[in-house]
Amino acid sequence: MKQAQLRHYIQPRFGTQPRLRAAFSLSITILLVIGLVASQWLLGDSPQQMQFDARLAPPSGDHWLGTDALGRELWARTLAGLALSFWVGCLAALFSTLIALSLAALASMSRRLDALVSLLIDTLLSVPHLILLMLIAFALGGGTQAVIIAVAVTHWPSLTRVLRAELLQLRQAPYVRISQALGKSRWFVLYSHMLPHLLPHCLVGALLLFPHAILHEAALTFLGFGLSPSQPAIGVLLADAMRYLSGGYWWLGVFPGLGLLLMVLGFERLASHLRRAL
Amino acid sequence: MLEARQLSFQFASNEPLIQSVSLTLKAGEWVGLSGDSGAGKSTLGKLLAGYLTPQTGEVCLEGTALPKNGLQPVQWLPQSPELAVNPRWRVGKILREAWRPSEAQQQAFGVQPHWLSRYPQALSGGELQRICVLRALAPGVRFLIADEISTMLDPITQVELWRALKKEAEKRQFGVLVISHDTALLERLCPQRYHLSGGKLKQCSEQLEQCSDPLLPR
Repeated sequence: MKQAQLRHYIQPRFGTQPRLRAAFSLSITILLVIGLVASQWLLGDSPQQMQFDARLAPPSGDHWLGTDALGRELWARTLAGLALSFWVGCLAALFSTLIALSLAALASMSRRLDALVSLLIDTLLSVPHLILLMLIAFALGGGTQAVIIAVAVTHWPSLTRVLRAELLQLRQAPYVRISQALGKSRWFVLYSHMLPHLLPHCLVGALLLFPHAILHEAALTFLGFGLSPSQPAIGVLLADAMRYLSGGYWWLGVFPGLGLLLMVLGFERLASHLRRAL
Repeated sequence: MLEARQLSFQFASNEPLIQSVSLTLKAGEWVGLSGDSGAGKSTLGKLLAGYLTPQTGEVCLEGTALPKNGLQPVQWLPQSPELAVNPRWRVGKILREAWRPSEAQQQAFGVQPHWLSRYPQALSGGELQRICVLRALAPGVRFLIADEISTMLDPITQVELWRALKKEAEKRQFGVLVISHDTALLERLCPQRYHLSGGKLKQCSEQLEQCSDPLLPR
């Protein structure tokens, strides 16, 4: 009893915190993303510049994060890789969310379509993710576009499930039924009553997809099915580092890996804060 | 004329809630429906408005089935007004979704002009109920299923609401099915009253004791 009372008094005071936290992590993420994108203009072609007198140099004052086997600065390559991963992740998450939203909307239109969409979801979920990704990326011939399409086409099922369940529940809401009884068309009801309700779910869903997309992009590239080896992508950097790890050149793998980890964790945190706030 | 012929309904894996119920609602007629909690009054109302499909029997309007698309001539007014409005829309938009009532019509139902710019959360249950009643009176509507619509209102506002609804119903000749626990209210509003119990409808005569427990407060 006492605990319940205590919670009653404490909760209202801290009730505003999720929003504050979400705003805080959102502003930090936006700042980091702006920094990442802006750094690409400042870097110019330095991720590709080779210095043959400084090959495989360890981190020092001259070479902040060390250099690779061709004497290219690792900090410039890591930044360029993260920016590339960011764009690939953004586009893949966006397309994935659009697919999820359209399929969920389609499923809410009729029972047959719902069964079809459910079947599609189950089919895709039953196939191992990475194998499907590799197959699609390989079939599309590799490269940035192929990676974006492969990641977008394989990541929608879980979000579609959430959105579909939400739409099925909304379809029975009295205000939706009344709107239909007032003679409004299915599209009107879907567009004006149901979709606005789904937007927060879509936003959080897209943000949760984003780290997945980045990780899978890096994995695909690491395995050689993704971006071209000439591009300074995180996956390419990590695959390169593998060859030199046994020689003790730890910086080649640690810094790009850490950058990727921080970006993924950052977006994951942002998504979980936003989910609590919205 | 709205006609329910031999309606039967049950929710999945439950025992039958409504069994072979027939009911007729003529234009301009007020019919009362009472019954214990869980007797199926709201379910019968939803069946009449086409929100639920009966397992057997049919609901006919002038001898034909209820239209599947477009404005439904039978409108259902639910018990909980806060669930009947989109929480993301302002009240003015909610009303305009159905029709544009004149200021006099708004006034008749006690709808204040400044409510229209507010969100539903900023209005009380009673205020929202009045909005819902006014919304359901769109041109083309011929029958109303009023499911406990005045329970959230104070006695004076209740009288005002029913008076306004009665006046509008007389003018436009729509039939109203009033669902309520309040037998005194039903006695005053509806010349014809039914009591739903055990899935069957019983017609009440002038003496309500015949169909409701005489020990219950009236």
